[in-house]
Amino acid sequence: MFFQKEIETMNRKDMAALQLERLKWTVDYCYKNVPFYTKRLDEAGVTADKIKSLEDIKYIPVTTKADLRDNYPFGLFAKPMKDIVRIHASSGTTGKPTVVGYTKNDLNMWSDCVARIVMAAGATADDIVQISFGYGMFTGALGLHYGLEKIGASVVPNSSGNTEKALMFMRDFGTTALVATPSYALYMSEIAKELDYPMSDYKIRLGLFGSEGCTPEMRTQIEKAWGLFATDNYGMSELVGPGVSGECEERCGLHFNEDYFYPEIVDSETLEPLAEGEAGELVVTTLCKEGIPLLRYRTRDITRITYEPCKCGRTSARMDKVIGRSDDMLKIRGVNVFPSQIESTLIGSEKIGANYQLVVRREGFADTLEVKVELVDGSILESYQDVERLQNSLKHKLQTVLGIQCKLSLVEPKSLQRFSGKAQRVLDLRNENK
Amino acid sequence: MAIKQISVFVENKPGRLAEITELLAKNNIDIRALSIADTTDFGILRLIVNDPESTVQILKNDGMTVSATEVLGVAIPDVPGGFAKAIRTITDKGISLEYAYAFITPKSGSAYVIIRVENNELATEALNDAGIKIIEQGDIF
Ligand SMILES: [Zn+2]
Repeated sequence: MFFQKEIETMNRKDMAALQLERLKWTVDYCYKNVPFYTKRLDEAGVTADKIKSLEDIKYIPVTTKADLRDNYPFGLFAKPMKDIVRIHASSGTTGKPTVVGYTKNDLNMWSDCVARIVMAAGATADDIVQISFGYGMFTGALGLHYGLEKIGASVVPNSSGNTEKALMFMRDFGTTALVATPSYALYMSEIAKELDYPMSDYKIRLGLFGSEGCTPEMRTQIEKAWGLFATDNYGMSELVGPGVSGECEERCGLHFNEDYFYPEIVDSETLEPLAEGEAGELVVTTLCKEGIPLLRYRTRDITRITYEPCKCGRTSARMDKVIGRSDDMLKIRGVNVFPSQIESTLIGSEKIGANYQLVVRREGFADTLEVKVELVDGSILESYQDVERLQNSLKHKLQTVLGIQCKLSLVEPKSLQRFSGKAQRVLDLRNENK
Repeated sequence: MAIKQISVFVENKPGRLAEITELLAKNNIDIRALSIADTTDFGILRLIVNDPESTVQILKNDGMTVSATEVLGVAIPDVPGGFAKAIRTITDKGISLEYAYAFITPKSGSAYVIIRVENNELATEALNDAGIKIIEQGDIF
């Protein structure tokens, strides 16, 4: 089902023309209203009329999260406060949070974006949808909230916490769809199973999941537990919140709302554009935003984009689920390796613990990768061959997924180094003096 | 009947074996027999101790990966061919032997060997029939 079919199925040529027009508008708008951009664009010698094609976007300097932080709280706002009707902030794990402001038009655009992705995922006006994201400064809950109201769904703004009460409402209301993080959806199913009500008392058929990654194994687990169809959506508060892209019912990539967000995939080291289908860092330019427009914002998320039309009829760019963060990416013998790939490969083996460590060394001119995992299952100690078999099977699995040779070492539990309770995932010793 | 053997997963790090045996000594665990099989990365330490239950607990509390199994202790007469006879007795019955290790006892006249076979009952029967003495936990300490 479509919310705005004309836009969602627009032919590529018309979409490119629309994007170019809006890109020029955004560059001009930033230049005139945000001193930070006036300076940046002057330095780069870029003006709106120098942009003749979408490819010319590469001449525009990138914007980073640090730029938002340096201009905390309102330095990048393009409108005076009288035109700003909402302020959100992202949780700052390090330093200041990033603050974003929305005009009335922005909120309207945002709820259109969310309306499109939830309808693509299969939500309808008949759905009763519980929002189990925390409300507050975070964009997730309110973003989905207004988008779902826009399609006519009945929204239950439950927020997160008090899981038993949330489950009671779900049973009593006959709630049919759930907005949550994948891990909370899984946690809710565990609590539901402990209660005295059969799972058939829950009518949840659709999951609208986002705000954190989800491995295929975890998705299957959630679907089984609830008997629902899980879909993934993507966004970040700097760009707008949820609604930047989302999966349709075909679940073959997340459809981008390209008329509002222009995506690029670039090499995260050189910032050179990459060819269609290649994995690299997602860089996004907002095309209509008034409150806080962003030029070439570096998301730090690594993904791929394809422009092949989808079976669902949409013509928009589709991005893969995020493979990893560019901050975490390791380049080993020319191959990009993400700790998250290793994590999803190792998940599911009960013989090993949850912690792992990647050790990268340089031996001569070649890089080597060692993956350390904790052996926790004592029962296989009876046979030396069983331990070696486990070691070999894990090694082969990893090599298949990563595409490079690695060494797999089994280590004693709790022997991996930890910083503030978290395991140190990566130990890159390549630049150490020998 | 059988003797409890403790297996411990040990990384090949300098001093690791010393740390583990010191931990047991500090807890008054008496190690009577010990074997370690290792590669360059890891080893499996096998122990015969006076108090297997406490040993498992002590090692687990220290975060180690541990298991306990029953193995057979055999008293081998201290004459040439004594060990060969015991092994032959078992393998002739088609019982496979996974590993064995010997240890010294304060008692003279025979050597004790720990053997790990796929079937303890059948092996015990065969050894008894052949007149080879099976030792128990109490015989070692
Ligand atoms: Zn589609």
